[in-house]
Amino acid sequence: MSVNFTLLIVMGGLFAAGVYLLLERSLTRVLLGIVLLANGANILLLNTGGFAGLAPLFDEDIPAEAYNDPLPQAMILTSIVISFAITAFLLGMIYRSWMLARQDEVQDDIEDRRVARQSSYDVEDDSEVPLETSEFSGPDNLDFSGPGNLDEKDETPGNRAPREPKR
Amino acid sequence: MTSVTSLAPLAVVLPFLGAAAAFVLIRHPRIQRVVSITVLTLTLALEATLLALAWDSGPQAVNLGGWLPPWGIVMVVDKFSALMLVVSTSVSLAVLIYATGQGVADGDEDGPVSIFHPTFMILVAGVSNAFLSGDLFNLYVGFEILLTASYVLMTLGGTGPRIRAGVTYAVVSVVSSMLFLIAIGMIYGATGTVNMADLAIKLAELDPGTRNMLHLMLLVAFGIKAAVFPLSFWLPDSYPTAPAPVTAVFAGLLTKVGVYAMVRTETLLFPGEQLDAMLMVAAALTMIVGILGALAQTDIKRLLSFTLVSHIGYMVFGLAISTAVGLAATMFYVAHHITIQTSLFLVSGLIERRGGTASIDRLGGLARLSPLLGVLYFIPAMNLGGIPPFSGFLGKLGLLQAGVELGTPLAYVLVGTGVLVSLLTLLAMARVWNRAFWRKPEDAEFPDPVLLATRSSATEVGTATAVADDTGKGRFPGNGEATLLPSGMVGATIGLVGIGLALTIFAGPLFDLSHTAAEAMLERAPYIEAVLGEGAVDN
Repeated sequence: MSVNFTLLIVMGGLFAAGVYLLLERSLTRVLLGIVLLANGANILLLNTGGFAGLAPLFDEDIPAEAYNDPLPQAMILTSIVISFAITAFLLGMIYRSWMLARQDEVQDDIEDRRVARQSSYDVEDDSEVPLETSEFSGPDNLDFSGPGNLDEKDETPGNRAPREPKR
Repeated sequence: MTSVTSLAPLAVVLPFLGAAAAFVLIRHPRIQRVVSITVLTLTLALEATLLALAWDSGPQAVNLGGWLPPWGIVMVVDKFSALMLVVSTSVSLAVLIYATGQGVADGDEDGPVSIFHPTFMILVAGVSNAFLSGDLFNLYVGFEILLTASYVLMTLGGTGPRIRAGVTYAVVSVVSSMLFLIAIGMIYGATGTVNMADLAIKLAELDPGTRNMLHLMLLVAFGIKAAVFPLSFWLPDSYPTAPAPVTAVFAGLLTKVGVYAMVRTETLLFPGEQLDAMLMVAAALTMIVGILGALAQTDIKRLLSFTLVSHIGYMVFGLAISTAVGLAATMFYVAHHITIQTSLFLVSGLIERRGGTASIDRLGGLARLSPLLGVLYFIPAMNLGGIPPFSGFLGKLGLLQAGVELGTPLAYVLVGTGVLVSLLTLLAMARVWNRAFWRKPEDAEFPDPVLLATRSSATEVGTATAVADDTGKGRFPGNGEATLLPSGMVGATIGLVGIGLALTIFAGPLFDLSHTAAEAMLERAPYIEAVLGEGAVDN
């Protein structure tokens, strides 16, 4: 199998840059790293098709060796579509992350730190719940599918202020 | 090829059509629910038929679009894939009913729940595609379908913690998919085919060094998806933040698709013992590290995520032994673990609803408040811990037998680790039981105020206990009449626990099935000949 040397160099460069960017803490760079890696993988697939031959449109007079291998190109097409969808989704998620935390960085796991402290008790967190449960007043933002109230309170300070009990 | 088996692609197509219909009906949640549950039931019926047909016949191949293998895409139904299809779709159906029950109970008519149904169906389609695929690239596509759906489900609602967990999860999954794609590219470069039956023949002709490298690349890619130590760090970090039904289906299915792919790689593509020792060490470490993590947790969902990692080790254990007994035990264990782990996550969702928190520091007295919940937790928990006569015990017994039969020092180490981890799992499960269910709520370290407040007004036995207190206001936003344990959620959980018990009762026939499946998979010829035709294997 003959291999295009230029494409190999380009592929190596894309992989190297992609891995470097992936190791950054900034989410936008991580995304760029993923894009570069995806393109590197596409070029790898293109390489496996061998030399650049004729378009694979069947003609009796042309020997089989003269055609290009169409299968890797079909695979590249699929992989481009997939990486497009994933890039779009990741962009949306990074934007949302920036909206919520105002920082474009990988965030630490709060629960991990809590486990390190070996207690789920939080003075601030616990002091205000009785105020609400005593009256069950109005709609509150207790999220029962979330991991706990601690994190929510962090995003929306002021939102959890004790409410006036209403009858 | 029987005519019914050629309907196998419908197991992928039906959920896709269901997803499309559910998406069109996004403004009509009632009809949407009916459509998606009907479609999944139909899919399950089809897959049950496939399993019944595969029960006493060899592998059957379906050529998509009439393209002959090794050029076209091929789907293969054998005992293992049919069993996986049936188990995964029944679990998905139970989770869908549970999620629908939750959505109805919370009156969440136009929230993220409306996008939940189409995405969930796409997830099911991806899982089915991965199980049926007889083609490495199609397997990659199946993985991508289910992963993309899982990113959406993981970040449902877009709250802070979910986005944080979703970023980790998505980036790790994308990297593993990238490794898989690169491995496919290299395999195509080395052999000129991606058809798995064709690869089974052509990979054997490669230089051993090249073959080992390709083998390792595939194992690393699947190892990340299956959460095998040291590639398991992402799982306990990301799973617990998702909504309870989503975590349940992820825990049940996604890692098992990775295990399934590893089994196929080890048996069909790279037979032999080159990496078995490495896999054994990985299995032992996965079991130990996972369960030690679980013992340190106070949050039930995180604890269950760690036990999930730990029990992936058991599946790799049987795979690494790579005798017919070991493989059969792995297959049985995968089927058992999908049902049990999903039911435990569903129960933890119910515990969180009933007790107001999922932290065992703050729970107590649940056995008195809701005996039904206690039973629903106790049965799968004992099952997971491997107490006889449950299926967890039978699966572990099979694995230990296989280990002892092999008899190498490393295998004995694995057997010892398996027993120890089983005990530690029991300890973790009993800790949850003692704290959340057995003791009085007042004895909790930091009793949940909500639990204490509602205790007096809501001690009725049964399913539909209103959370409303004296003032008549509930604690669910926008719906004062929300029920704590809606019948849909409890019904689905009961059903799944029932399936877990059925696995115990029908363990004999299931073990026979997985044993014949394992022998056929180790022999390899039936699979290859089903795809490429008679006489494809010379030796």
